[in-house]
Amino acid sequence: MTVPLYHVLILAATLFSLGLACVVAWRANVIMMLIGIEIMLNAVMLTFVGGSAQWGIADGQLFALMLMALTSAEVSLALAMVVYLHRRKRSVNTDDFDSMNG
Amino acid sequence: MEAILFYLLAAVTLIGTLCAITARQAVRAIVYLVTSFFALALIFYLLGAPLVAAFEVIIYAGAIMVLFLFVIMMLELAHPEKLAKPRLSEWWPALILMLVVIGSVAVLAAARQPAPPAAFHGITVREFSVTLFKRYGVAVEVISMQLLFALVGALYLGRRR
Repeated sequence: MTVPLYHVLILAATLFSLGLACVVAWRANVIMMLIGIEIMLNAVMLTFVGGSAQWGIADGQLFALMLMALTSAEVSLALAMVVYLHRRKRSVNTDDFDSMNG
Repeated sequence: MEAILFYLLAAVTLIGTLCAITARQAVRAIVYLVTSFFALALIFYLLGAPLVAAFEVIIYAGAIMVLFLFVIMMLELAHPEKLAKPRLSEWWPALILMLVVIGSVAVLAAARQPAPPAAFHGITVREFSVTLFKRYGVAVEVISMQLLFALVGALYLGRRR
């Protein structure tokens, strides 16, 4: 692999900021917020794998695998929550769920 | 050759993600994101992680994105009139955050000369598995417990009343 680590890190940072922008810009829609979180977690996985390739040890790839397990658990719970919210108010707009404002 | 492939795949990933976060319908966003994840899986392969690349295709593009599609189609959220696109004013904080993050990393990258990569030919599945089950066996158990809790929570949230 002839690509320097910094280029991998720049790609990961750009992906992370795209995911962050998705969460911030689509803060009215639960599904698009979850998609932004997926993009951010993928950027973190890219950082782990890039570090693993730089130093030649398997630990970074292991943490990428654990991150995948974490993501699948998080997505299954979050989508179950989305289905539950949609069943209650027929909407996934976060502005409709403001009954806990102090 | 590898470097050219890496930059091409990086461009595909970034453009796919950019199309995904500006898509008008949630289903289109998911399909763009699957494209981006395939390119990212190839980048993982180039970085010497064949197992992570396979899991990226199987778990991310194959399972998680299909779960998203399933929920979107089940809830009928794909109507464009229901998915209100954020106004331009709502993109400003996001753009400022993006500029700060990318700018700081670019300054870091410009300040230091990148170290020459060592001779590295990828990590084999055997090496990966030995490290996983010998050094991180407890973590595997913890993750299995976490998946079980997620399963129980999803069953609780999704039950009929």
